[in-house]
Amino acid sequence: MLQFSLWDILSNLLIATQWTIVLSLIAFVCGGVVGLVLLFMRTSRIPVLEWSTKIYIELFQGTPLLMQLFLFFFGIALFGVEVSPWMAATLALTFWTSAFLAEIWRGCVESIPKGQWEASSSLAMSYIEQMRYVILPQASRIAVAPTVGFSVQVVKGTALASIIGFVELTKAGTMLNNATFRPFVVYSLVALIYFCLCFPLSWWAKKIESRLNVAR
Amino acid sequence: MNYKLQFGELLPHWDVLLWGLLFTVVLTVVSTVAGIAVGTAGASARTFGPKWLGSLVAAYVEVIRNTPFIVQLFFIFFGLPAAGLKLSESTAAFLAMTVNLGAYSTEIIRAGIEAVPKGHIEAGISLAMTKWEVLRHIVLKQAFEKIYPALSSQIIIVMLGSAVVSQISAQDLTYAANLIASRNFRNFEVYLLVALAYLLLAMLTRSLLRGLGRILFKAK
Repeated sequence: MLQFSLWDILSNLLIATQWTIVLSLIAFVCGGVVGLVLLFMRTSRIPVLEWSTKIYIELFQGTPLLMQLFLFFFGIALFGVEVSPWMAATLALTFWTSAFLAEIWRGCVESIPKGQWEASSSLAMSYIEQMRYVILPQASRIAVAPTVGFSVQVVKGTALASIIGFVELTKAGTMLNNATFRPFVVYSLVALIYFCLCFPLSWWAKKIESRLNVAR
Repeated sequence: MNYKLQFGELLPHWDVLLWGLLFTVVLTVVSTVAGIAVGTAGASARTFGPKWLGSLVAAYVEVIRNTPFIVQLFFIFFGLPAAGLKLSESTAAFLAMTVNLGAYSTEIIRAGIEAVPKGHIEAGISLAMTKWEVLRHIVLKQAFEKIYPALSSQIIIVMLGSAVVSQISAQDLTYAANLIASRNFRNFEVYLLVALAYLLLAMLTRSLLRGLGRILFKAK
């Protein structure tokens, strides 16, 4: 029988970690782009856009990420398209991330004093111009800390992609456990790797936050 | 799309779904109560306890907050038996949820405790209240009032996260969905229905917690 040393387990887990990182990055970047569009819609003061964004956010924040993964995985297949776990995971995580980021950023936009909106509109700026030149530059400063903080949730969220069969860190852990029968070691290492990915992000978010508090 | 959705096929399985729903609700309620108890103890220990205990709690919080819930669950269910502690899938689910919420609520409650003005604590001590009385009647009371909204949203997040316990075959709502899907292959229909159930459960929990908050923290 094939024997696994501790190093074999770790090196295999580290290979799978690459996919956790890739999936996290894609979900975060794509989710950020979609989230920005949602943010514009949500703050546009056009009722139809505002309402539809509100419902979108409510749907994605009010259902488990696992259900969203299942629905994308089985839902797209209904159209006769072959769905890989990779595609379903990317789509579900992107939309899930976008809903949360849009809501976080909305909070930041709304914390900008009303006078800034009024001043820029009295300068005959359009809504897009107001956002681009006046509101977002100020809001983005406040947004950095919670956004970095949320990236930790994205990394942890990718662990659920293992359930629909995408081989990332957690799935690799399960597979290695089945091969080695050493669950304590395997899952400790998996947790440790996640910790090494997430802790620097958490720490960074905290640091930016405290720096902002001093500036105030 | 040539596929016709057939929700009728789910009808014979309504009892499975109902039991699953019940399990999810019970799991959430019990681990919420236990998790907040852990969080209160943790936050108190971190702010008022000895330094070594504070660092221990801080380590616990950081480890839990920086690892995915599913890995914690697998560690408890698959890992601990190897170390000699065998748990049933329901117990493991309860334990994992409690440990998870405990860490998050420690952080939330700690923020509330730190927001209590120092003068209030000193005033309590000068009225010859014991350390426990100060903690119970002055610090925690105000802390909970302040962080109640944050704690409520965390409870909902944990409730939604509980879908993952189906992976260790704890028989919650998602487990029921998986079971039905494996019987009649109407995957999309059953997951859509269950997602809707979670959505309603989240909305219901939110309004219940809001109502509870209004009763607990009546306007002075």
